[in-house]
Amino acid sequence: MRHHLILRVITKLLVPPIVLFALYVQFHGDYSPGGGFQAGVILAAGLILFGIVYGQRKVKKVFPPWLVHKLAALGVLIYGGTGVISLLAGKAFLDYSALAAHPKDGQHYGIIAVELGVGVTVSAVMVAIFYAFAARPPRINDEDW
Amino acid sequence: MDVLINLVLFIMLVATALAILRMRHLFAVVMLSGVFSLLSALLFVTLDAVDVAFTEAAVGAGISTVLLLGTMALTSREEKMPRNFSLLPLIVVIITGVVLVYGTLDMPNFGSADSPAQTHVAAEYLKKTPKDTGVPNVVTAILASYRGYDTFGEVVVVFTAAIGVLILIGNLARRREPEESD
Repeated sequence: MRHHLILRVITKLLVPPIVLFALYVQFHGDYSPGGGFQAGVILAAGLILFGIVYGQRKVKKVFPPWLVHKLAALGVLIYGGTGVISLLAGKAFLDYSALAAHPKDGQHYGIIAVELGVGVTVSAVMVAIFYAFAARPPRINDEDW
Repeated sequence: MDVLINLVLFIMLVATALAILRMRHLFAVVMLSGVFSLLSALLFVTLDAVDVAFTEAAVGAGISTVLLLGTMALTSREEKMPRNFSLLPLIVVIITGVVLVYGTLDMPNFGSADSPAQTHVAAEYLKKTPKDTGVPNVVTAILASYRGYDTFGEVVVVFTAAIGVLILIGNLARRREPEESD
């Protein structure tokens, strides 16, 4: 896509707001619509857009495949780990009331933690699937589409 | 005004669907299915389901379009003409459609306060959420806390999907390439 000047410039303008919006949806999810899943797919969409226009090599410099694969597992671990911590604290699995002195605070912390886990896994999985498709050999010229 | 917007969106949705049916060029079909998702996302916004609209716009119009294009690059770019015309699928589709439309006649009106969705557990969640969690967005509280198990299951499903795709078409084996001849 070296010669698509308009696409390259617009992408350069769009990707930072997309990533910022993903972070907003992630960390503001308990006040406004959204949450981990939405944030994850928005972040992945931003990265995939960057990858399509600027080539996989550039985006793999930021998120190398090995890191993406580990992040996908890390998100599940964060979610499950939150449950295990509440289990160790003497409450039921995923009962976040155990995470802080006051049950209400514990619920709030727990929700933030599991949403983070969801966001990490979802974005990493989407990017990993994109890498898997993009790494397959056949390349089509722009005119052949 | 709402009715007008919904009407326009639905007409565009149906037009897109008909166009997809008639197309044989798969690149156009993939692009139109992205348009279809974007129109659905707009419909979700008019229904005040903004978080569903986010998801539909990002996954339906964005990521799945890219993945379909990737699949197309690996396979074929033209849809094959059907070899013989068969009446059975048409009959099945028409009967299913009629049954679904008949089913909607029974449903409560949109936004009616005494629909089962409003009278069953929703009121309970709305009452308890501020006291239990202090999270203003009740949807987040339900998904992450009250239904924490379900969401955990969903995350594991997403993770499993990635494992499946990586095993099928991922280049995980490439690391071992030097010692393997094929």
